[in-house]
Amino acid sequence: MINKQFGSTADAVADIFDGATVMVGGFGEAGSPIELIHALIDQGAKNLTVVNNNTGSGHVGLAALIENRQVGKMICSFPRTANSKVFPELYRAGEIELELVPQGTLAERIRAGGAGIPAFYTATTVGTPLAEGKETRVFDGREYVMEPGLKADFALIKCKKADHYGNLIYNKTARNFSPIMATAAKTTIVQTQQVVQAGDIDPEVIVTPGIFVHRLVEVPDPAHESVLVAAERSYP
Amino acid sequence: MNQQTENRPGWSRDEMAQRAALDIPDSTYVNLGIGMPELVAKYVPAGREVIYHTENGLLGMGPAPAAGQEDPELINAGKRQITAVPGAAYFHHADSFTMIRGHHIDICVLGAMQVAENGDLANWSTGAPGAIPAVGGAMDLVAGVETIYVITQHCTRDGEPKLIESCTYPLTGPGVVNRVYTDLAVIDITPKGFEVIELAPGVSFDYVQERTGAKLISGQLLASA
Repeated sequence: MINKQFGSTADAVADIFDGATVMVGGFGEAGSPIELIHALIDQGAKNLTVVNNNTGSGHVGLAALIENRQVGKMICSFPRTANSKVFPELYRAGEIELELVPQGTLAERIRAGGAGIPAFYTATTVGTPLAEGKETRVFDGREYVMEPGLKADFALIKCKKADHYGNLIYNKTARNFSPIMATAAKTTIVQTQQVVQAGDIDPEVIVTPGIFVHRLVEVPDPAHESVLVAAERSYP
Repeated sequence: MNQQTENRPGWSRDEMAQRAALDIPDSTYVNLGIGMPELVAKYVPAGREVIYHTENGLLGMGPAPAAGQEDPELINAGKRQITAVPGAAYFHHADSFTMIRGHHIDICVLGAMQVAENGDLANWSTGAPGAIPAVGGAMDLVAGVETIYVITQHCTRDGEPKLIESCTYPLTGPGVVNRVYTDLAVIDITPKGFEVIELAPGVSFDYVQERTGAKLISGQLLASA
């Protein structure tokens, strides 16, 4: 019998290992799986490579994971944001590595990783410092840069509703990177506000089919990063 | 709102946005960058239907929500809370950048640190040591959107020209800019260089030239005006 449900966020992230590559859904606070990230802080895995568009804000969620010195490298498009202090300080001190990737290239690298495509060509970055040292090729008279697909050991994502099989729907712009990250990770761990029975979500509206989802944990009332940051909360 | 300094001639930020909005045609899909470009949406003339794309996964972006209607999971690329218009669509990041990189978005309006006379744009990094590099979707937008408009003050806060012969900052994209809206003028990028097509009220061609780091061409419309 298929059973993807885990009883707690702690159980769901228990086997994330030192040195793992972890994709974390969310764009800013929208879609950020804060409860799973906090469980990973409690769990303590170190030297992680984390893939996210940003680097978190305040001292909760992704920023707290970085502040807890569990992240050796960030792969992201926009590491500075209002209220993001943790990453800039560690980066300036040379204590965290950064791979800066344009947002569309980041999305496509993840999509390719999930689709079994080892690399692709894109016009993005041609003629800029971010193309330096990369293989290029001309198609129809235009130059393109080769970019590798990106895969991960784990993905941590948040959704609004999941059914028993792991079919997912999201909420508004909280969808962002999560559906593609779910395809690119060996183990996709989902926090969902609600788990319903198979058949309770219209198959026509499912965004992430359950084949891409391995673990579900119900978090009925997830925290909002901006609320925690405004209250000057920190984790742990 | 009006940040125009008292005795300085030229357009205010809102007037710049208003002027740029005149060039957004009916029935277009438009991506507006963070900051001043966002103001453009306020001024698109009535009767034109424009669908705004925000690269974090929404077509049909509406204005900021009324008090009490905010949703932290409904934000724009600048991470500000927004609304979705009737007929809006949500999608994931790969679809969103397919719209950009696959040439489906018609127009993008962006800010700039520097624009060169050949259309090179620098708007993501000064390249200064210790600066945290951040690029977001800017390189994807300039590589994938056919028409790139830049809206920017003509000079930096220190009075240095932003329109120059060649960019000294790292490029966002080469030869990508079509038109620049500044507080002083509207300037097209042409094969011959910067062509002034319109001047702000009370601003002379020479005044703009003195504040530009490359030679300006006087456009035909300007000559006949």
